[in-house]
Amino acid sequence: MSLAAKLPKLRLATVWLAGCSGCHMSFLDLDEWLIELAPRIEMVFSPIASDTKTYPEAVDVALVEGGVGNSDNLALIYQVRQRSRLLVSFGDCAITANVPGLRNPLAGPAAVLDRSYLELADGSAQWPHAPGLVPELLERVLPVHELVPVDLFLPGCPPPAERIRAVLDALLRGEQPLMEGPEMIRFG
Amino acid sequence: MSGLRYCASAGCLARGSGALMEALNTAISRGELGDQIQLRPVGCLGPCSQGPLLALDPDGDLYAGVDPQDAETLVAALARRLHQSSDQATPLEWAPARGQRLDLSEPFFQRQRRIVLEHCGLIDPTDLEQAIAVGAYGQLERVLQGWSPEQVVTELQRSGLRGRGGAGYPTGLKWATVARMPGARKVVVCNADEGDPGAFMDRAVLEGDPHRVLEGMAIAAYAVGADHGFIYIRAEYELAIERLRLAIEQAVDRGRLGAGLFGTGFGFTLELRVGAGAYVCGEETALIASIEGKRGTPRPRPPYPAERGVGGRPTLINNVETFANVAPILREGADWFAAIGSAGSSGTKVFSLTGHVRRGGLVEVPMGTSLATVVLEMGEGSPHGSAVKAVQTGGPSGGCVPADQLDTPLDYESLQALGTIMGSGGMVVLDQSTDMVALAAYFMAFCREESCGKCVPCRAGTVQLHGLLEKILAGQASHADLDQLETLGAMVMDTSLCGLGQSAPKPMLSTLRYFRGEYLARLEAP
Amino acid sequence: MSVRTLRIDGRDVASADDATVLEAARDAGVVIPTLCHLEGLSPVAACRLCLVEIEGSAKLQPACITPVSEGMVVHTATPRLQEIRRTVIELLFTEGNHVCAVCVANGHCELQDRAVEVGMDHARLPYRFPDRPVDLSHPRFGLDHNRCILCSRCVRVCDEVEGAHVWDVAWRGEHCRIIAGLDQPWGAVDACTDCGKCVMVCPTGALFHKGDSEGEKHEDPSRLAALLRARHARQEAP
Repeated sequence: MSLAAKLPKLRLATVWLAGCSGCHMSFLDLDEWLIELAPRIEMVFSPIASDTKTYPEAVDVALVEGGVGNSDNLALIYQVRQRSRLLVSFGDCAITANVPGLRNPLAGPAAVLDRSYLELADGSAQWPHAPGLVPELLERVLPVHELVPVDLFLPGCPPPAERIRAVLDALLRGEQPLMEGPEMIRFG
Repeated sequence: MSGLRYCASAGCLARGSGALMEALNTAISRGELGDQIQLRPVGCLGPCSQGPLLALDPDGDLYAGVDPQDAETLVAALARRLHQSSDQATPLEWAPARGQRLDLSEPFFQRQRRIVLEHCGLIDPTDLEQAIAVGAYGQLERVLQGWSPEQVVTELQRSGLRGRGGAGYPTGLKWATVARMPGARKVVVCNADEGDPGAFMDRAVLEGDPHRVLEGMAIAAYAVGADHGFIYIRAEYELAIERLRLAIEQAVDRGRLGAGLFGTGFGFTLELRVGAGAYVCGEETALIASIEGKRGTPRPRPPYPAERGVGGRPTLINNVETFANVAPILREGADWFAAIGSAGSSGTKVFSLTGHVRRGGLVEVPMGTSLATVVLEMGEGSPHGSAVKAVQTGGPSGGCVPADQLDTPLDYESLQALGTIMGSGGMVVLDQSTDMVALAAYFMAFCREESCGKCVPCRAGTVQLHGLLEKILAGQASHADLDQLETLGAMVMDTSLCGLGQSAPKPMLSTLRYFRGEYLARLEAP
Repeated sequence: MSVRTLRIDGRDVASADDATVLEAARDAGVVIPTLCHLEGLSPVAACRLCLVEIEGSAKLQPACITPVSEGMVVHTATPRLQEIRRTVIELLFTEGNHVCAVCVANGHCELQDRAVEVGMDHARLPYRFPDRPVDLSHPRFGLDHNRCILCSRCVRVCDEVEGAHVWDVAWRGEHCRIIAGLDQPWGAVDACTDCGKCVMVCPTGALFHKGDSEGEKHEDPSRLAALLRARHARQEAP
């Protein structure tokens, strides 16, 4: 029996808010290291590695990709904060609103909805509107830390796999990752 | 002979002294009394909040809030007295229907010591002869005909006069520095870009006695070796601009400005430059850039204007009130001036008393007079039964003095110790109804709007500070936001390029110092 | 020319008497971060990144314009200064729309580099998301105001080096904006010689070549100094 298997497994969650899922793709770019990672964690919530639809209790580390852009994002981020020990803003969208935030200088979501669903529609032009089914866009896409406290910032668009690995490695060892220098905190 | 002096400064004009003047004129012509009752426009008479103000000669009485409808009865009463008695000292049997005769034995008048304003309210500011009759340009003539420039500088240094624009730099030392600079064609600049909300001292001086400032500038030019000067005045001061234009024209015509003054080889020409509405142009390096026709933004000092100013030439910049002190200092002597006021802050200071005060207006008091004397005695405290909560001095660059510190003497060092500044003389009284957080937000909004945008801390920092204050006002801020407000405020103060940014957080930090509870009460529960 | 000796961060430094603290520090291998400063252009001391502590002076002094003096003791990286620099960078990031991921200068941006240097892993101040225009009227170049930090290098290079004075700063405070001509579309300004020096010295992706896509702007602002040296040498030549 390996040493790793004896240790309590880290309960890891990855969360996908308003982002392109590129951070998650970069996570998958960890390639064979994922095989090393697998026995050391329990993936309790993730759009790419779990079918669970509700965010579980007692999560050790949550990697949150994306800004907070709609009503579902907003409800989820409060839940994530409440139920996670360590919340990591994962990638530029979570930290700066980044590309989803490009709509922020426009006055409210109407401008983007008009452009996407009316002006550029091929047919049946209409705003998506299905309360309870399709989440409503918020006035602005906000960085996660403008809404809830964030414990660690992992910048990058996307954060390179090596950067993700360095962070997870440190967390698995129970250490605080050293976030400095171009390898670790460059935006973009 | 009787005389009526009506205040023709902006404050009283706004309160209807124009209509009063017309009504008086009509009544005087109807009674064919034009050669017996002299009606003259004069500068500020003092208690502006009670205007329009009207002074009566030879009695010396001052009437407040006189309605144009009172003109008939006043002129009739004057005519009666002129007709009845040759002794014009007989008290006038007249009372205005609406306004009132002011009691000149009250502290508002008795506590004043008028040096800068000595002729303001007595002479017609549009008439050079009246100014000359009370001594205007007399000191310039005396200095040109018998003094060396060094003697003038020494006299100023000995007087202890300090800059009245706000910083309190010793005027004589500044003059001496410019005088020592090489170069024959130096420049003298008068900073009349009075921009603090609630400040109107310089406006009153320029509207009421413009020649005093021109004379001070000409003497300064002689002392430092300048041949040309600029008055930089804010565009909003339309009346002061008009009076200055006229004063310069008259002075040139009468040989008080121009080449070969008083038969000497000394010449001094003067130009008026009107600002374009930017508060930052009161900062000397921004002001110089604006005079040069460039964008009005500050630049780092050194080099100081004394070394490199307008057009690269050594330049002396003083404020309106500073120049207005020059002639009396030379006339009465440096020792006389140094004996007035307090140690380290000699002379008098003009304050514009506004806000929640029963009697607002323009007052000139010896330095070292306590705030309580000015606000509670002269201004008679706050109206409507409310108590004074604090007094804001120094405008957006200053801070507040809480009511329990009002016995502080008005001098540069004492105010600094309280976290505020003397400033240019704006004194805004705040009563118990004042929301100090909202006050801080107001001044921060002012600085945000007036930042020139050149340096990052002021351009972007004032915006963030204002945002934090708005958040606190909205009841949405946390203790962490308050911490951030203080940290960022200190950073903007420490790092901004010019005085605007360096002092922008002061009103906020000062309200935090004395009224922290008002901030805490608005924070979200942790 | 005589020599001044001073201490910078505990190191004894000898420098020319007409050097600035910034030059003396760089010669001695001490890096003081800058943004508005560029060798070859007049200094404006506007970004405040290069503020240093000088013993005996109560105020922080911008290294880019402060002359060295004999016996001066300079501290360039105290915790206080590091905190100030991070705040300056945060103020710049939050006042504009700096989206590195889609910027032509991604990977070759001085603002991005400074953010790394000051340790900015996030902005503690809220983003303001201002609504700013993009000027694409020039046939070869573009100006994206979202990425402009108002360092005024473009204004200075065009005025001082190219002699065309196409650029200026208009409005004030948070409303400040670089303008071409008299606030005309850049392409409509006849004075522009299309030399591209403004694009070259721009520290961010605000000024760019139209063909460039994300991460494709590879300019080197330090080329300006080389250009000026070459120009000077040519003028000196018989």
